[in-house]
Amino acid sequence: MQRKSLDVWVGLFVVLGLVALLFLALKAGNLSTISFAKTYNVTARFDNIGGLKPGAPVKSAGVVVGRVDKIALNNKTFQAEVTLKMQSGYQFPKDSSAKILTSGLLGEQYIGLEPGGDTVNLAAGDRISMTQSAIVLENLISQFLFSKAAEGKEDKKQ
Amino acid sequence: MISAFLAAIGRGVRESVNSLGFGARTFFAMLGASGGLLRRFRLITDQVHFIGNYSLVIIGVSGLFVGFVLGLQGYYTLNKYGSEQALGLLVALSLVRELGPVVTALLFAGRAGTSLTAEIGLMKAGEQLAAMEMMAVNPLQRVLAPRFWAGVIAMPALAAIFSAVGVLGGYIVGVLMIGVDEGAFWSQMQAGVDVWKDIANGVIKSVVFGVAVTFIALFQGYEASPTPEGVARATTRTVVIGSLTVLGLDFLLTALMFNT
Repeated sequence: MQRKSLDVWVGLFVVLGLVALLFLALKAGNLSTISFAKTYNVTARFDNIGGLKPGAPVKSAGVVVGRVDKIALNNKTFQAEVTLKMQSGYQFPKDSSAKILTSGLLGEQYIGLEPGGDTVNLAAGDRISMTQSAIVLENLISQFLFSKAAEGKEDKKQ
Repeated sequence: MISAFLAAIGRGVRESVNSLGFGARTFFAMLGASGGLLRRFRLITDQVHFIGNYSLVIIGVSGLFVGFVLGLQGYYTLNKYGSEQALGLLVALSLVRELGPVVTALLFAGRAGTSLTAEIGLMKAGEQLAAMEMMAVNPLQRVLAPRFWAGVIAMPALAAIFSAVGVLGGYIVGVLMIGVDEGAFWSQMQAGVDVWKDIANGVIKSVVFGVAVTFIALFQGYEASPTPEGVARATTRTVVIGSLTVLGLDFLLTALMFNT
């Protein structure tokens, strides 16, 4: 009898450990967001991806419709080739455009997908042709400075 | 004078190498003797009860208070940058990746490790281990192996409980007392904590610490000189060597697993 109650306590202890692990995985971790739904891959080429990382969300109208699968440099065009893993439940027209955006001022970067008007949808293996690169702060500042300098020259001429 | 000094150095090196080799041999002999335990699983269950269940209170209470403190201190710092919504992420990541496994292992060395060392040291001092060998019972199999496996089973469970209770503690202080938005607290946590990269690696850490701390405790008892003073020294060494090993291993494992 004593034997049995000891076994019950040990079993309770191990189960408690498993429950704690499950709590961490489901409530604190992202296990609930890992979906086993079917996906299809499309690619997109960007001149500059900024700080985009694999696993970043692909959003359309703010809703997550896929994730960045992998990023590689195309050695012929010298553009970044980004593979997107899209959820099969979401279909987009063939002429949709992809932008690299930033969530908030200091947040992570993600890909925003804007649907086009084509009647044919993107299929697995297709490439999104219209893309807009990430905004790099240094480029923005240098553009601003150059335009200011050009304005200054024109002012002197007048 | 000089030769005596050199002899002291030489003896120190020889003894430490000797002890290391004896430790490694004992470890593998114990693993080799563990096969027979599957038929007598009761031996392990008894030890899990002793090591695991009795450590639950100290692990739970420590986890709760570590969570409280993380919630308070994290809020104090994050509030300066106006990003107190990230409090949940901060609490969960620091618990799951570092504090859960490490603090549990340190407490485990103090709570369970010392009692294992003292028990085996006294068995040795009372010549019980020698008596077992006389009866053709392998003390490695009958005494050390069940305690070792019980420690390896109990440690990940305790670390998971520590982390889970700590997250709840952070929730209690952050959301219920300070008033951080509840939805942001959980959703930021879920967005930032990865099941494989963070939680699974934390579990791997706690298994490694379980192996290290339990074996150090058992070996210190097994190697103790069979006197009351020897057992006392061995118990102290368990805590010191066990804690230092955990901290060193933690640095190595963190560098290996979270280097990207």
